[in-house]
Amino acid sequence: MKELILIAVGSAIVNNVVLSQFLGICPFLGVSKKTETAAGMGGAVVFVITLSSFVTALIYKYILANTYLMSIGIDLTYLKTIVYILVIACLVQFVEMFLKKKMPPLYESLGVYLPLITTNCAVLGVALTNVTKEYGILESVVNGFATAFGFFIAIVLMAGLREKIEYNDIPKPFRGTAIVLITAALMSIAFMGFSGMI
Amino acid sequence: MNKYVERLYNGIIKENPTFVLMLGMCPTLAVTSSAINGLGMGLSTTVVLILSNLLISAFRKVIPDGVRMPAFIVIVASLVTIVEFLMKAYLQSLSAALGVYIPLIVVNCIILGRAESYASKNPVLPSIFDGIGMGLGFTLGLTCIGLVRELLGAGQIFGVQVLSLSWFTPITIFVMAPGAFLVLAFLVAGMNIIRRKMEEKGTPLAEPAGCLSGDCSNCAHSSVCADKKEVAD
Repeated sequence: MKELILIAVGSAIVNNVVLSQFLGICPFLGVSKKTETAAGMGGAVVFVITLSSFVTALIYKYILANTYLMSIGIDLTYLKTIVYILVIACLVQFVEMFLKKKMPPLYESLGVYLPLITTNCAVLGVALTNVTKEYGILESVVNGFATAFGFFIAIVLMAGLREKIEYNDIPKPFRGTAIVLITAALMSIAFMGFSGMI
Repeated sequence: MNKYVERLYNGIIKENPTFVLMLGMCPTLAVTSSAINGLGMGLSTTVVLILSNLLISAFRKVIPDGVRMPAFIVIVASLVTIVEFLMKAYLQSLSAALGVYIPLIVVNCIILGRAESYASKNPVLPSIFDGIGMGLGFTLGLTCIGLVRELLGAGQIFGVQVLSLSWFTPITIFVMAPGAFLVLAFLVAGMNIIRRKMEEKGTPLAEPAGCLSGDCSNCAHSSVCADKKEVAD
């Protein structure tokens, strides 16, 4: 249990996926103009990353690193990048279809963001990190959820700041993306303060 | 100008992926803590880009239009896996330093972007040169950012101490995560000034195409998210 909490705090706050791992920069900069849309995007990312961590961990354990196949000398783990990217792309499509049909209210709030996540590097990054760190299925799901929650925190905070930045008098060349990146740098410095926690 | 030279010039200067198009920002931020890491990442991306352009251009008439994105992704993912294993075998220290960002070349928008906008429409040879040009442009961008961060953050260039520590106190923050955002912010601001000057001169630069611009129309993923554009606005 203690280990799981450590993984969760570590990936959500200490090694924040956006501010210290630089994964998922695109939606972080692109979809953070309003707090509402940022929260929607964050929610969709939490949903997809948690689910894809679970599915990829299952695939890794029972197919790619299958003990029987390993024992007869077939090691499929080298296929992980190819398999994961395809599985994630299919999974996102499938989730979108499922939500549309079965859970219309949830689809209303998350649906538009799902296709944007298909090739988001954070999703693939988490799945690959789970393998590198040799996490089991439960640890992978916890790590996936925590990482995505870290993304949620970062993008919602950023959207809140950006709504205020709108009213400031910013030097002309810095308007737009540049000031957002400076804000991200300051947020990143603040998050570095957590590094002593673990 | 010879059309092959033109592709090289286009990739390295005119539509430089880092400075002008602002594509592939995840690796640009993540692996540029030193010039050598930036160079390594740039060159590995270049290799993948050249080979993927070659294969996609060669297969462009065979791949059905409806499944072209999945087909491109499989080709790129296979190439990335090969490059990853070659680096693990022959360049261990670089492979350890770049870590998960090597397999993540698969989702680099430069590669799928070039596949979609150039290689799938043009013959093999120009596509290869397009790959070389874009790849070298990306390498140049990463190496330059790496040089600045390494110089300010450690007083070194390619690992050689150039600013003596007797008078220079390294600004360590530049080799850490916030430094990446800071350097990129100043780069974007600098490019905004250059962009305005060029526009006044009547020779405007190409518009940024990546996620930083908020404009999805040139993005490789626009086929899946084109109708979602209002989300970004």
